[in-house]
Amino acid sequence: MAKDERTTEFRLIGTRPNRPDGLDKVTGRARYGADMTLPGMLFAAVVRSPHAHARILKIDASAALALDGVKAVVTRADFPTGLTGEDWNLQENSMAGDVALYDGHAVAAVAATSRLLAEDAAKLIKVDYEVLPHVIDVDDAIRPDAPVVRTGAADHSVPAGSPPNVVKCVDFGHGDIEAGFAAADLVREHTYKTEATHQGYIEPHACVAQLGADGKGEMWVCTQGQWYIRRMCAAVLGIDASGLRVTPSEIGGGFGGKTIIFMEPLALALSRKAGGRPVKLVMSRSDVLRATGPTASASMDVKLGMTKDGKLTAAKVNFRMQGGAFLGASPVGEALSCALACYDIPAVQHDGVEVLANRPKAAAYRAPGSPMAAFAVESLLDEMCHELGLDPLDVRLKNAVHEGVKASYGPTYAKIGLVEVLEATKAHPNLLAKLGPNQGRGIASGFWFNHGGETSVSLAIGEDGTVTVSAGTPDIGGSRASLALMVAETLGIEYEAVRVNIVETGALGVNEPSHGSRATFATGKAAVEAARQAIGEMCRRAAKEWGIEEEAVVWKDGAAMPAGPNAGQFPPMTIAEIGAKMGGNGGPISGHHETNAEGVGASFGAHVVDVEVDPETGRTTILRYLVVQDAGRAIHPAYVEGQYQGGAVQGIGWALNEEYVYGANGRLQNAVFLDYRIPVASDLPMIDTVIVEVPNPGHPYGVRGVGETGITPPLPAIANAVAMATGARIRSLPLSPPKVLAAIKAKGRG
Amino acid sequence: MVKVHLWSGLRRFTDGVELVQVQADTVGQMLDGLVAAHPGLGPVIAAGVSVSIDGVLTASRFGAVSEANEIYLIQRIKGG
Repeated sequence: MAKDERTTEFRLIGTRPNRPDGLDKVTGRARYGADMTLPGMLFAAVVRSPHAHARILKIDASAALALDGVKAVVTRADFPTGLTGEDWNLQENSMAGDVALYDGHAVAAVAATSRLLAEDAAKLIKVDYEVLPHVIDVDDAIRPDAPVVRTGAADHSVPAGSPPNVVKCVDFGHGDIEAGFAAADLVREHTYKTEATHQGYIEPHACVAQLGADGKGEMWVCTQGQWYIRRMCAAVLGIDASGLRVTPSEIGGGFGGKTIIFMEPLALALSRKAGGRPVKLVMSRSDVLRATGPTASASMDVKLGMTKDGKLTAAKVNFRMQGGAFLGASPVGEALSCALACYDIPAVQHDGVEVLANRPKAAAYRAPGSPMAAFAVESLLDEMCHELGLDPLDVRLKNAVHEGVKASYGPTYAKIGLVEVLEATKAHPNLLAKLGPNQGRGIASGFWFNHGGETSVSLAIGEDGTVTVSAGTPDIGGSRASLALMVAETLGIEYEAVRVNIVETGALGVNEPSHGSRATFATGKAAVEAARQAIGEMCRRAAKEWGIEEEAVVWKDGAAMPAGPNAGQFPPMTIAEIGAKMGGNGGPISGHHETNAEGVGASFGAHVVDVEVDPETGRTTILRYLVVQDAGRAIHPAYVEGQYQGGAVQGIGWALNEEYVYGANGRLQNAVFLDYRIPVASDLPMIDTVIVEVPNPGHPYGVRGVGETGITPPLPAIANAVAMATGARIRSLPLSPPKVLAAIKAKGRG
Repeated sequence: MVKVHLWSGLRRFTDGVELVQVQADTVGQMLDGLVAAHPGLGPVIAAGVSVSIDGVLTASRFGAVSEANEIYLIQRIKGG
């Protein structure tokens, strides 16, 4: 195993051992959501609205129920009433009530003895609709005369007299904004738009659920957070959370989209109605794209003031975001908070609104809100740098935030690493590569807060001295490896001696999902504390064996050792020797830690991309791509690099191709991967990475989260590169070939 | 007394004041004090806010606060 040169103070941290899930995944042994089969299991199919907005007049399931083998049909009438707030949103989104709010909204579900039979039965369920006017585009939805998606959905923040689809307003800022613009030599203002994109996880949502009439049940499900799924399903179904035991399957991607429920309550409700028989429900790709959460679409105004030597003096952003038909689904607050977070600007003002539209309920997607905000702000910043003849990287460095600077969203930054990131970017050889005709280079910075959250971890010493860690955060990005490395480092044992299991809801206290780039940070922090607790107990056992005070025992290199006046008096007692004896000298040895993890450290990144644009077709090819990001500490650098590359690739897709295309009737036109074009390996060069390490003082090994920041800079970096390659600035995404070609032609005509 | 910076959208609940002072030794007391002094903040805080103390987000109601701390209420952030 090669030891990474950056982390020489550690024995294991910074190395790249084999992945604990690698063999299972490459041999097909890993069990995903759809892989569970139970005796007597039924299969479910869902009836979805073909209309973007329609009143449900009548549902007639008699023909479906008459089929031999059909065991249950559920509609909203099978769910409890009286829910409020987000619980109501979840229930309404899982199964429409009086009104279908978007194309693909579930209106009924059926369980039968085979999947084909369930699908046939679903086609026999007759739903009468009264089609209502709909609205799709965020700017259309905000117009005072737009079709009203839902009345009474706005929260306390919305002033009276606002357009009916505005449901939330956010504003914050500091400094004298007018004086800031007055101090600038150049002030520019533009409007930017981004389309909704889907997380694009390869594994569709899938579960096997069982629920009895007594309110007790189990679920095997592909999720980022088994406790969240449990709580949400319990609320939607009106059962006790502890009545439901949820086991997470292996997960084929989530990126935020598997932190909430979509079809899971339907499987549970069908099971309950079918006498407690287990029900498997697997979404098709089309169902995933039509009815699970994409991110929001956005329309954004940005105004920046800059001196002629590149110092930002003032910034004003005004964002409008739609996240479907439900309050709180759009990340407008996060987008505003991230928009200017990379820069030290004396005066900033942020305003934003959330708007309802007849589209699926948005879910979190990797640094929610930050990529759209970065597209707007970093595009305008780049444009102004070129107008003033300034180097875009130098300008970013000149304005970069650092420890002690007041963040655009309020607080003063603790230890952060943007300056180190930009300096490492500047030193990278990719910036020396010569550009040819129709080629351009784009640079952008990005930011994400990262998150701590509720976390519970247990750790048990085996009779042979190996160690089992029980963690509650599904492994979506390598957390089993990073947890094993941190525990092995702490205990002074080998990486291979630690097995990390992702456990079901009955095994630990509540864990938040693997979201917010928190698994290696928060679960890692708790695992280290659990290991330290076990070390304390192992030292006590050794002290008893030796007949000395426990304070006179230290832990070193995987063994208890007598210290102080007893040093050398007894040979070290290894973890294996302690494990072998523990049954007879006090019983099992374990460690446990639970926390709402604090001390999270933000992560900054910078990307540099070289593109070539075909002037005949408008197609953009990525020639070179560099990701530089502060990891705090890279526990397993290969996984960190993978996160950087994955974020960049998803951002490339968002920038170049991905978008939801709706017809005039409000139906999604591209609900398959053939038409919803995510990048594939043959579209891309190897993504170069540089791991910067500015350790986070809030974590025992310095970890910051690394999962999300990487999706933030690609949108503007690519837009900036395309602008350089073509001379045409495009202020809306995606930069699809027709749009780029039109911009090139328009420039030629101009 | 601790001084709490609110985002400007909350000023409507605090008679236009953006920097609010409350008597508190812990984060929990601070949040309760804010609601007691300005009941309109109740639904906002109940819905979830993040608390930044000296630039570090804190989640515990038992965390200590003093007048020497820089305290901000900010939009609740989780992630994807």
